[in-house]
Order: sequence, then structure tokens, then C-alpha cells
Amino acid sequence: MHFTINGKSYEAEVDVRTSLLDLCREHLGLTGSKKGCDHGQCGACTMLVNGRRINACLTLAVMHQDDEIMTIEGLGTVENLHPLQAAFVKHDGYQCGYCTPGQICSAVGMLDEVKKGWASHVSADLTDPAFDESEISERMSGNICRCAAYPNIVEAIREVAAEQREVAA
Amino acid sequence: MIEQAIDAAERPGGLARAVQGVLGAAVPRVEGPLKVTGFAPYAYERAPDGVVYAAVVGASVGAGRVTRVDAAAARALPGVLAVIDDDPRLPAGGANSRAMPHQGTDRVFHYGQPVAVVVAETQAVAREAAALVRVEAEPALGRYDAADLPIERAPKAAFLAPVDTGDLDAALRDAAVVLDRTYTTPAHFPAALEPHASTIWWEGDVLTVRSSNQIVGAARTTIATALGMAPDKVRVLAPYVGGGFGGKTGVGPEVILAAIAAERLRRPVKVALPRRDTAYLVHHRSPTTQRVRIACDRDGHIAAIAHESVAQQNDDAGFVEPVPFGTIPLYAGAARRMTTDLVRVDLPPTGAVRAPGEAIGTFATECAMDELAEELGLDPIELRRRNEPAYDPSTSRPFSTRRLLDCYDEGARRFGWPERVPDPGSALDGEWLIGIGMATALRGNFTVTAEAEVRLDAGGAATVSCDMTDIGTGTYTILAQTVAEILGLAPAAVTVRLGDTDLPPTAGSGGSFGAGSATSAAALACEEVLAELARRMNAAPEELVLRDGQVSAGARSVPLADLVRDDPIVARGRSTPGQQAKRTSQASHGAHFAEVAVNAVTGEVRVRRMVGVFDVGRVLNRATATNQLVGGMIWGISYALGEAAVVDPRSGRFVNPDFGEYHVAVNADVPRIECHFVEEIDDAANQTGAKAVGELGISGAGAAVINAIHNATGVRVRDVPATLDTLLPALPPV
Ligand code: FES
Ligand code: FES
Repeated sequence: MHFTINGKSYEAEVDVRTSLLDLCREHLGLTGSKKGCDHGQCGACTMLVNGRRINACLTLAVMHQDDEIMTIEGLGTVENLHPLQAAFVKHDGYQCGYCTPGQICSAVGMLDEVKKGWASHVSADLTDPAFDESEISERMSGNICRCAAYPNIVEAIREVAAEQREVAA
Repeated sequence: MIEQAIDAAERPGGLARAVQGVLGAAVPRVEGPLKVTGFAPYAYERAPDGVVYAAVVGASVGAGRVTRVDAAAARALPGVLAVIDDDPRLPAGGANSRAMPHQGTDRVFHYGQPVAVVVAETQAVAREAAALVRVEAEPALGRYDAADLPIERAPKAAFLAPVDTGDLDAALRDAAVVLDRTYTTPAHFPAALEPHASTIWWEGDVLTVRSSNQIVGAARTTIATALGMAPDKVRVLAPYVGGGFGGKTGVGPEVILAAIAAERLRRPVKVALPRRDTAYLVHHRSPTTQRVRIACDRDGHIAAIAHESVAQQNDDAGFVEPVPFGTIPLYAGAARRMTTDLVRVDLPPTGAVRAPGEAIGTFATECAMDELAEELGLDPIELRRRNEPAYDPSTSRPFSTRRLLDCYDEGARRFGWPERVPDPGSALDGEWLIGIGMATALRGNFTVTAEAEVRLDAGGAATVSCDMTDIGTGTYTILAQTVAEILGLAPAAVTVRLGDTDLPPTAGSGGSFGAGSATSAAALACEEVLAELARRMNAAPEELVLRDGQVSAGARSVPLADLVRDDPIVARGRSTPGQQAKRTSQASHGAHFAEVAVNAVTGEVRVRRMVGVFDVGRVLNRATATNQLVGGMIWGISYALGEAAVVDPRSGRFVNPDFGEYHVAVNADVPRIECHFVEEIDDAANQTGAKAVGELGISGAGAAVINAIHNATGVRVRDVPATLDTLLPALPPV
């Protein structure tokens, strides 16, 4: 099969039982995405598929021929961090780091959802949701951080979102 | 090597004179960029070529004997390499430095106990094959419900000796006011986000285990013992650990199983526990029943305090939850009784989970203090103030440092604690009942032996190495800061090597002793470096000033790089506990303040804000220390409101062994949390003067939330978590 991951082409022979997460971690050497539960319950495996965040443990690799897949490795590098990656370092938005790739990919997808005007459970106005800390907390609640660095995660995302808005304005 | 026992409360000269100004600062984690990009390798990643996958097969009953393992169907599956159930070293459970599991036994101590290991070419096949193995068993009547079981008083395995001083019964009889309450807490999973994982390979007769483990040195000895090998033939690596919380202090049975498989197949083997298996193969925090009795006069002066507990354990493991640990030195009172009794069960092992003892022990004590304050009509802070002892009330030793009163003052001020606490159930905001609560935090401070190497290579590049781990605690960063501070460098100029048994030994991460002990060893190693630098400068070490890569003595100033040009300096330090640990009573302290809103219609609880003020000795890194303390406070919210592992009393199985049903705090559960320090360097604790941090934040935090719920609603919750069904029937009408 053929996969496009982080803009690169990969050919792989895939067992039908293999999840997209295991394809990346066990077959393609892309171990940035983490496995916390393998059940869609923790968000550690979050990737972007055609721009939308997805639990990669809950989807089979064979369903993603030719999709545009983005993992944490495609977002930035140690020398050239994505703004969210830099903000997580600056605000200490982690401890052990195991949930972090998932948090960051999820935040990228989440900010895009906000940009598109999608409402959340805490949005007072469903057609034009405000964007504040409670929106960030709510929309990031699919990503468990057992180290509980939540306040710093929110702070990192809030800062990047504010910068993006400034640029857009 | 400079070796120093902590006999005197004194600071190493280099650290006392250091001027770089980086120790204590909020330096961003040095390994941060690797973590946020996904390039930090955890145990299951970057395996050697030819790696194969192991999956554990567990017992199908909760008690009894395994009579037969039928692996025919599994072996027939293409890609299966082996099913091993006959090795006499197969462990029944986890191992640690204190206790080894039964090995090669057919006895079942709990449901899911490892019985066999399957090895296959891919993970998918290994898992499917494991599901095909049929474990036949002769079931026995399981002891799954502690309520029906006999209590073993003062068990031999106990970590805490019972405290029994003064005449408790007389004090209880004669006191003007006596509070007698029983609190209960459920089982808690450590639930580190990274499942327990290992990559294991043999090279000749040397075994390498890359494992998600908190204490690699102890793991090496334990693995060697379990496999019948010499410890120097085992190397354990743990460069990155995805959270531990006590659950990774020992060696899980899957490590031994995979090592046996790797030996038999002569191929590298990977193993990771599926999330639901972590409930059975990793220990959990014991459920407890705690009776607290406090006797005092009308003004709240405590004459007697008793904290008696009952925890659970199975017949294989050797740990008893030290429930009253935090109560022992906490409040005045001449008559004291603290006990840890036990019920033997046929359930997965209990063990040390973040702040064993204090995490749940303070829930009982601190809620009892709140109840007592209410009964006396006293402010809860004032009651604590009146019972602040001048010395350890259980041992009569002086405190090394204790700034608890300052934590109360500072916390009350920052939180805006009112002159008079509003009556329970009296504050309403729409359909939300609002309440405030506070509680004290205490975590005992341990100092343990640690060794570290500091070297300066050509060009002045500094490296500090030891076998400590960084489980999210910030070890990489604080070691860089310690060495940078003393040698006058930027933290980024110091390379830190950790998590490898080839490096100088420490006691790893556990009991919140890691940071203080490892940085102390590094500080001592720096003393030796300074002595050598002084020799090269023709000066006395006391004359040296090291800053920004320059070494000065009097008017002379030389770049550090020039002093080590072709002649590297290699030094070792070793810090060991000494007289101070025996002479003084050492602990970290703090005060939690919480505001909650309870929905009067639905019973939903929202924590609106929390403030914590902490006395942890020297703060090594303001950012990472804050993060850990806040994380602990969130664990407090989490167990106050959600966490409870439930056992099915018919089968001995957990009903909710995953994140879907075992509710840990998520982002939306967490409000803005403030964390502040009352900093006093504790020279009696260790050379760097840093006391316990990692487990302090959870201590008392749950009680502050529960006390706030009482203030909001008038409902006293004595059995956590405070779920809707606990609150709903008792909520006041709105
Ligand atoms: S690993 Fe995919 S959600 Fe947990
Ligand atoms: S940083 Fe450890 S789980 Fe989030």
C-alpha cells in the first residue's frame, strides 16, 4: 500500500489488523506518536489525517491509502520547532512528555476547528463560539495528561492562538 | 571521590559560594525539544533489528491452581514463534528490592496473574495468539471482599512500626471534645500514560533491558535475582520514562517473561502491557479504612490523636500502605496511636503509588480536622495553628525546617480566606452552591545514598552522569542547573546522562528523594572539580569565583576551557544519609485552599480555583517544581471526585481497568491553580538543601476539595470519590 506521511511517500505491506498508529510506530519507524491505551481513550496517538485530528489507534492503516497524514515528526524539528512545540517548551506544558506529541497534534487540529467556527460543549453561541481558556480546556479534554500539566498546556495553546489571531487580524 | 554523610547541617563550599544564579530559576527543560518533536526515545521505541513481540497470558480465575495451559491453537497461528509456560523462573507478579514474587508456581494469587508468554513476529499476531491460549484452572473460593475478611494486626510486612505513646484511652475518656470518624478510600491505579514497556536483548551472556522504570539500579539486581544471573551481566536503561507515579518502581513480571523469551529465541523482544492489563500486572494503591480519633479541650488543644488504618495485600506481594505516615509528625497531642493493619485478599498487588501513606492518609486526617474545627466553632486554620508542635510530637526530635505556619498565612492571604468562613450551604451563585476549604500537606523527606560523576573535558564541556531517572520530574534539568551553578556555566553547556546502570548508582526516582539526593551527589563531585581547578589556578578553592565560563581568583581570571585544555577533570561525589536524618524530623509542608461549586440540581462538582503554598527546602527549578506540585494538586482533585478502581466481588476482576471507566482528571476538570513557595534551604536534609516535592502536592489536596464541598453543601463526604450519588440525596433544597 501507499501512504503519504509528513509529505513523504511510504510503501508498506500491511496486515489488515494493523492500526494507523502501529503502522507508523512499528513498521515505518515513526515513533513520535505514542500509544497510551490503544482504545481511543487517551489521545496520545493523535495525528492529523487530511487536516483533521484523529485517534490513530482507532483507525486501521488499510483505510488510509493516499490520505494526507501528519504526525508530530512532520510538524517541526528540534532545530526548527513549530510555534506550538516552542510554546510547550516555554510554558513547561508537559512533564514526562508521553502525552505531548498527541497534545500538540490535537491542538493544531483544534485551532483549525475553531477557525472554522465549530462550536463545542461549552460554547454559549453555537454559530459564533467565543474562544477562551474554557474552550481550550474543553476541546483538549480528549487528551489525557496523567502528569496533569493541564494549566501549562492551556497556557501554551492560548499564547499561540492569540499570536495567530494577531497575525490574522 | 568525595563522600559525605549528612552528619552536619552544612552546605558544600562550592554551592555556598556559587554566583551563576541559575539554580532555582525556571530554566526550561533541557530535553524539552526532544519531547515536543517526538524524538525522545521511550522504552518501546528504537528497537534493535530483528525484534519480535511478546504478549502475556494471564490466569483465568482469581484464586486456585492452574492445571493446564493449552497453547495448541496459538502455536498453530502463522507468525507465532513460541509459547512459554514451563520455565521455572516465570514470575507470579512484580518484583522489587524488598520482595521477590513466587516463581514457577501453579498457585493463582489473583486474576490475570501471568501464566505464559507468547512470542510472535508481529504485535498483532502476538496479541491474537495470547487470546487463543486456554488456561485451565481449578478455582478456589477467592477472598475478594475485604469487608468479610479477618484483619491482621501489626503485620510483619509493615513499613511503619505502630506508634503508641501516652495513654490514648484515658485522654479520649477525659477530653471535653472527642471526634471519632471513619473514612474510606478506594483502590487507585497509578495509570502512567506510557504503559509498562520494555525492549530486551541478549549479547552473549549480557542482558540489556530498556524499560519504563523509575529505579534502574534496583531493577538490575531484581532482574538478575529473578533470572539467576550475576547483576553485572544485566544492564538496565531508562533514558525516558512516560510517567511512573510509583507504578514503575519495581520490575514488572512482563520484563522477566520477555527476558526468558529473548534468551530462548535468541532474538530481541519487545513487550508492552495493554492498558487493561496494567490493572493486573502493575500494583495499585490499596483501598483503606481509616479511623481517626481526636481528643481536645474546648479551645481545640489536642490531647490525643489516633489514626488507625486497614489496607489490603495479596499473599504474593510484600507491601503495606503506610497510611498514617503524614499524621505522625503533623499535630500536637501527647497521646498518639498510629497503626497499619492488613487484610489478605486474592487481588492484584497493592503498592506504592504517588505519596504512599500521605496521599490518602491526609484525606482522613485533614477532613477530621475540618470536622473538629466545625464542632468547636473555630476557623480551620486557627485549629491547626493551635496544634502546631514545636518539635516532632511522635519522636520528640526537632524539625530540620518547618514553615507550615507561613504556608497557612501566605495561602490564606493569596486565596482571600475570609475572617469568618461562611456557614455550610449558605453561598449560592445561580444554581451553584459555592464553598471553600483548606487542608494541610505534609510529605516526609528521605535522603538516600546517591553517586554522580562530573567531568570537564577538553574545551571545558561539562557532563554530569548518574543512573537517576527523569520520569517527568525534571531531573535532566536540575542536574544541569546544579553543575552549571557551581561551575559557573549556562545550564545548556552541561550535558546530563541518566537512566543507565553503567553510570554511577543512585536510588532512582521514588519517595520524592531523587532530586535532593542526586543533586547533592553532583554538588559533592563539583567540590572535587573545584579543588582541581584551584590547584591549576594556584589558589585555594575558597578564592575561586566561577561565572559565565570564567574562573577567577583574586585579580586573575582565566577561561574555564583554558584550565582543562588537554587534561580533563573527572570527579565523583557520593552523598549518604548521616546523623541529621536520625537527629531531626524532616518533611516538606504546605497548605491547600480550594473553592468549589456544587450544582444544587445535579450534584455536579466543579473545582473553581486552588491555591497551594509549599515549603520544600531549596527550590531547584521553579518551573518544574511548580509543575509537579500543581500536578499533585490535580491528582487530589482527581481522587476527590473521580478515581476509584472497582473490583467485581464475584470474580476478583476489575470492573473499570481503563481510561474509559477509571476517571482521571482531564483538562476540563482543572481550574486555574496557583502554586507558591515559602523557601528555606534545609541544610540538614542534604547537601543541596532540597526537600521532597513530587509527592507533596497530592498530600492534603483531596481533603481541601472535600472540605470545600462540605462548606458548599453541608454534606460530609467520608468515602471518596464524591460522586453525584453521594451528594444528590443530601443536597439542601434550592
Ligand atoms: S492510544 Fe489512541 S487514544 Fe490512547
Ligand atoms: S506529560 Fe506525562 S502524561 Fe502528559
